[in-house]
Amino acid sequence: MLRNSETGFGLVTIVLHWTIALLIFALVLSGFVMQRVEIDPAPQFTLYQWHKSFGFTALGLALLRATWWLVEHNPSPLPSLCPLERRASRVTHDTLTVLAIAVPLAGWAVASTSTLDIPSFYFNVMVIPHLPLAKSEASEDFWTSVHALLAYVTLALAAIHAAAALYHHFMRRDAVLTRMLGSGAPSSGMGVRGAQKRNDTVVGRK
Amino acid sequence: MMVTINSALKATVCVACVFATPAANAQAPALTDAAGSYRITSPSSIQFSIGQVGGGGGIAGNFAKFSGGFRIDGANIERSSVEFTLYPESVRARERRIEDFLRSSAVFDAANFQTVTFRSTSVRQTGPDTATVEGALTARGKTRKERFAVTLTDWDRRSISFTIRGSIRRSPYGMDVGTPIYSNVVQFDMKITGRRR
Ligand code: HEM
Ligand code: HEM
Repeated sequence: MLRNSETGFGLVTIVLHWTIALLIFALVLSGFVMQRVEIDPAPQFTLYQWHKSFGFTALGLALLRATWWLVEHNPSPLPSLCPLERRASRVTHDTLTVLAIAVPLAGWAVASTSTLDIPSFYFNVMVIPHLPLAKSEASEDFWTSVHALLAYVTLALAAIHAAAALYHHFMRRDAVLTRMLGSGAPSSGMGVRGAQKRNDTVVGRK
Repeated sequence: MMVTINSALKATVCVACVFATPAANAQAPALTDAAGSYRITSPSSIQFSIGQVGGGGGIAGNFAKFSGGFRIDGANIERSSVEFTLYPESVRARERRIEDFLRSSAVFDAANFQTVTFRSTSVRQTGPDTATVEGALTARGKTRKERFAVTLTDWDRRSISFTIRGSIRRSPYGMDVGTPIYSNVVQFDMKITGRRR
């Protein structure tokens, strides 16, 4: 139930996946708004702080996911996937796993190198120290660019990844999406119709 | 701050002599010497600082432009008064981004409220060279009663200097942005020199 099986994802993987996905989309949106939209400086300041707190949450969960991914065996790819699709999805998932760690780390580097030296007060509960990096305008600019670049690359890759999942669900009508939604995954991509009906109700309840 | 002990003493005595019998310090300048109207001039400074969570530098700065004056009542020091105006547009901090933030609608809203003013309503002597000044502080269109501690630091026939310290809570003025990362309490540390009008 909690753990992955040979054919399906367990609750730990599923909850981590969707929580991280949600956080990443929210963080890209908040990052974009606070950086590139004209908003009043007071709410902007607050948004920055929320962005950092949720960003650290994303970092913690992404590290957890990567660890989980290393210690837990992963279900084998659905038999309906051709070798190229397996390789592509494998590379995409590995890259997304790394990016989900690299993006917040780069964000942490921005906060740490900024000459503004604004403490990261995690949800107003606990100060998270800055990384031991020298503060300078040049360093802050550098990490800002890295953080932004990685964040938007992550968004693009996640969009492709999500589009692929939707393609599998609606066009190929296989179990790629549903097994990440926690259906009792069918052991093969065959017999899709029966499984599909059951899975649709699962999706409908979400 | 290095104040020449001598002049500070003289000034101290001068203020003290309101209560002392005049005969006790026949040599010292009488209060009537200090009495008068003064205009705030250089080398005055108005500095402020705000602590931050977990220690560290916090926010510190000063106002480059301000004006004001005070009047020392020769007959009754408690009837003295002070008023000053500072211009938040002139705020100086360790970097431009902080200055812009302080001027912005998040803090002083300098575009809509060009000045911060203080007008004393009462002066109470607390020691030979100290007093408490209470008055109305107006910032961002809100006026509240605030209190500052004044210490006499220097005095001669033409000018008189004080340090003025106070802790002002910023939230009542609608300036609570950044709390609790940055303290709600702003420490003011002013060194004010007045020259006789
Ligand atoms: C997965 C996690 C994160 C994502 C997806 C993300 C995304 C973004 C995005 C899209 C921007 C706007 C970039 C731009 O348009 O220029 C941004 C800015 C920023 N992020 Fe993040 N972020 C994450 C985590 C973090 C963390 C953990 C921190 C700090 C502890 C952080 C601090 C910042 C800062 C300070 C900026 C503004 C850069 C500047 O103003 O110079 N971010 N983020
Ligand atoms: C709405 C957006 C998303 C959808 C619809 C989606 C869908 C899926 C699906 C269906 C799978 C299972 C693939 C399989 O069976 O092998 C999967 C796996 C995965 N997804 Fe997403 N995903 C989304 C967002 C993201 C985001 C933003 C990330 C990035 C950090 C991400 C990272 C991963 C990873 C690393 C895996 C591999 C399994 C794991 O270790 O968790 N996904 N995703």
